[in-house]
Amino acid sequence: MSKDAQKTPYSPPALEFKSSTFSVPVLVISSNDLIIIQQQLEAKIKLAPEFFKNSPLVLDVQELNKQNIEADVVAILEVVRKLGLLPIGIRGGNPEQNEKALGLGIPLHSIHTSTTTVDAKKTATPTPEPETKDLLQTGTTLITQPIRSGQRIYAAGDLIIVSQVSAGTEILAEGNIHVYGTLRGRALAGVQGNTEARIFCSDLQAELISIAGNYKISEDLNQEVRGKLIQIYLENRALVIKEI
Amino acid sequence: MARIIVVTSGKGGVGKTTTSAAIAMGLAKRGHKTAVIDFDVGLRNLDLIMGCERRVVYDFINVINGEASLNQALIKDKNCPQLHILAASQTRDKDALSQEGVGKVLEDLSKDFKYIVCDSPAGIERGAHLAMYFADDAFVVTNPEVSSVRDSDRMLGILSSKSRRAEENKEPIKEYLLLTRYSPERVKLGEMLSVDDVQEILSLHLLGVIPESKSVLNASNSGMPVILDEKSDAGQAYADIVARYLGENKPHRFIEDKKGFFGKLFGGK
Repeated sequence: MSKDAQKTPYSPPALEFKSSTFSVPVLVISSNDLIIIQQQLEAKIKLAPEFFKNSPLVLDVQELNKQNIEADVVAILEVVRKLGLLPIGIRGGNPEQNEKALGLGIPLHSIHTSTTTVDAKKTATPTPEPETKDLLQTGTTLITQPIRSGQRIYAAGDLIIVSQVSAGTEILAEGNIHVYGTLRGRALAGVQGNTEARIFCSDLQAELISIAGNYKISEDLNQEVRGKLIQIYLENRALVIKEI
Repeated sequence: MARIIVVTSGKGGVGKTTTSAAIAMGLAKRGHKTAVIDFDVGLRNLDLIMGCERRVVYDFINVINGEASLNQALIKDKNCPQLHILAASQTRDKDALSQEGVGKVLEDLSKDFKYIVCDSPAGIERGAHLAMYFADDAFVVTNPEVSSVRDSDRMLGILSSKSRRAEENKEPIKEYLLLTRYSPERVKLGEMLSVDDVQEILSLHLLGVIPESKSVLNASNSGMPVILDEKSDAGQAYADIVARYLGENKPHRFIEDKKGFFGKLFGGK
């Protein structure tokens, strides 16, 4: 085989560059006390061990440098690694810190990426909901327990429920709603007017579904979609219910 | 430390008190020191079902208010010395129950007893809330009909969010389903929800099914917990439930139409 033959247009490309954005937790450090960092980080991890296990992480030392606190990034990165997190970047470091990070093969990230505070943005819930995990950076709310009659869940971002949603419940999200189970309650997505929001569920028996204020009640729902994986979205201000 | 069991349902008339009496008696019969408390202040019934209504001197509220000691208020059952009853007050209402007061009584009982069965009133208000607040295990009593199932679901939500275990972020209350007044014949005719229907809606561990039975009413009227009627189907069903709760492996009964080949042939009852 000649070299030229290898360049035939028919040989599939072995690689391709693509651009993609990822949501990665950012760990903002405001102390240089390694023991305190370790203790507090451990406590945070305990709240959601599965979420943090092998999670990528960007270390943010801007706060430290703002306050002129000297910090050993190498030691901090070691603590982070020891607790099972995988640092994939550093930001807000001074030249010395950046050099050390690069020396460890940790890339530098610029600071002016959106630093939205990602505190749990859960709003009033009259009935306290079952254990919810806020997936930090995305504002996604994850619920793994059944939503029982009378409970009301509000998520500022997306809402993922890996269980059933009983009749007599109300689940609301500013973003999308995913229900991996039977949806028997009321589901309202895009409650702040996001018409792009969608509802996904694996068994639609809902009392009411709504996207950005456009709603359908149980009586108007086609019984044929029961027990099937479906999505609901808006098209020309009308709700479309479709099998996936 | 005692294990605190709440018998609850949301809906009224489904068999909470019957169940509380039977379960408490069943546990005591097996040698575990058990107390059963009536939380239905103002509408007390448990003493009737337990047949001790004529021996009530002091009640739960007296103990909470410090007007009587626990020992004075606890009534020893006449059938089983391991079983003690704490009656509710008929002259007061649920506002007389305070969280601290209930907590204190349960704590004191815990030192002496292995199991404490709390008979919850219907509804989701104060009495029901306090009955379940301190619980470790919950027996959710449900009838095979939609409104009872809906109310049980509501109660399950409250159990998982408003109990002490939930507030203190501890291991959640263990929830068990007890399906009462079940009639396989009516399920077959499509007049009643089946065990599977109820389990699909509630997705809950089934501890047992109690068949609709005349023996329950007879037992209530005579003040003998139905579990003592060992010949009755309901009595046996409760005995099974106690055994399963204690970790024994008992196959479920009374779910299928019990009429066998000959029964069908002759159509007898």
